[in-house]
Amino acid sequence: MDGNLNALTTIFTEFYYWVTVVFMFMIHVGFCLYEVSASRHKNHMHTLMKNVMIIPLVTITFFLFGWWIYWTFPNFPLFGTLDLDAGQNNLPWSETMGPNLNDHITGVFWAAFLLFSWTAASIVSGSVIERIRSSAFWIHAILIGSVFWVIDAAWGWHYAGWMVRELGYHDAYASGVIHAIAGGYALGVLTVLGPRIGKFDSNGVARIIPPHNPWLLAVGIFMIYTGFWGFYAACNVPIISPALIDGQITGATWTATNIYLTPTTLSAITFNFLMSLSGGLMAAYIVSKGDAFWTFSGGLAGIITASAGNDLYHPIQALLIGAVGVICAYKLHYYVERKFKIDDAVGAVAVHGYAGVVGLIISGFVLWGVPSSPFEGYAVINPIGQLLGALIMFGLLGFLPAYLVTRVQSSLGILRIPETIELKGLDFVENQSRELAEEHLVAIEKERSVRDQTQS
Amino acid sequence: MSTIGYQQWAVDLAQVTSIYPFQGSEIVMTIIGVVFWLGWHKVQFNHENQQMNGASEVENTPSDTS
Repeated sequence: MDGNLNALTTIFTEFYYWVTVVFMFMIHVGFCLYEVSASRHKNHMHTLMKNVMIIPLVTITFFLFGWWIYWTFPNFPLFGTLDLDAGQNNLPWSETMGPNLNDHITGVFWAAFLLFSWTAASIVSGSVIERIRSSAFWIHAILIGSVFWVIDAAWGWHYAGWMVRELGYHDAYASGVIHAIAGGYALGVLTVLGPRIGKFDSNGVARIIPPHNPWLLAVGIFMIYTGFWGFYAACNVPIISPALIDGQITGATWTATNIYLTPTTLSAITFNFLMSLSGGLMAAYIVSKGDAFWTFSGGLAGIITASAGNDLYHPIQALLIGAVGVICAYKLHYYVERKFKIDDAVGAVAVHGYAGVVGLIISGFVLWGVPSSPFEGYAVINPIGQLLGALIMFGLLGFLPAYLVTRVQSSLGILRIPETIELKGLDFVENQSRELAEEHLVAIEKERSVRDQTQS
Repeated sequence: MSTIGYQQWAVDLAQVTSIYPFQGSEIVMTIIGVVFWLGWHKVQFNHENQQMNGASEVENTPSDTS
């Protein structure tokens, strides 16, 4: 770092991303609380363990190959070969993938993307609770967290990605690249995995399995809101000069940008984060008739719907788009549940998947004609590009690989827990000795009670 | 001797790059990392199988409370 301004910019950027990473940790804590609260008592610790172990498994695989995929896949395979030059500095054995005084940014930038990876896997985790084997889920966590979402990020969330250049794809805060893909992936797993025992009655009518602890569930989702705010900041480049962007922007005014290096401000995304949250909450309250679970989740779905264009929307637009997305997600959730008997335990497919898809489609119309990139030769944002983008995220990189891998797991008999254990509860497996001891004591007490009654 | 290649900090930091121990063995460390990761899955899968089978057997065994 030579020169004071260069040094300050470097240290500020390093610290900026580091803070966002710490904020985003709250997303994972929130997901854990939310998921455990939605599960029944007999499955608590297993549910928590399933989600917590996402952290090390996605981290190690994102270090080994996920980060490299992001840098090498922007044009692969449709519009070019792997960009091995860009990937060179991001291989696990690269000198910059460790303490290095000539590189102050790779670690925190890597971590910011890694936290997105945890989120993608965690979204899937909630929907499959109480019947999937942990070993089977953790394979999916690695696939969505360190492979498929990273490919979609390289294609559509990279300043040189082919979807941005050819389709004009715009997804500033990840309606599609995190949420639609994770929702589609969850639906792919659920289609094969099947519902929890007792979810549907003999006539195929869905029963409500309420969260065992609504209050803790609310705390969890409030933590997700908070972490999501950090996620928004992490999606921005905090400050950069037009000369460094080296695109079409003229003059010397430094700016914040989104991931595509097109200008926005922290002020803009703060307006829109809060307004889309509000639109989501208000619409969810009305459409669910004041149901707490859906109202709180609706706030999240509102943000997710508006996220594709929240770098540019007017706050009132963000409010209304958030509201529309929530209504669509809520209606689609119950339609799919009725029609296809899909048991999405936490509504993740709706809140993340359907809301993300709706958000991408709406943004294609509202931002029609807006430049998708500061560089020459890129398509402008348009409805067709956004629709194709939504299909690629939700269907091609989300639903399809999840469905295929889950089918393989099912055919090998390593997907679902045995029925007896599902009825007894997964914590029984881990806490077998204690449970057996307790049952034994209860049985002795019952026997003694019967004996006393007989003698008297 | 120093595992990071510097025995004192009397250097121009502009010339310093990596400062982790055992530089030059990055590929070996990566292989160890891969083995650790895949080995964990194998151990976990076997452990889970034992737990599932054990729990199913216990569930199917008539309890003796005498």
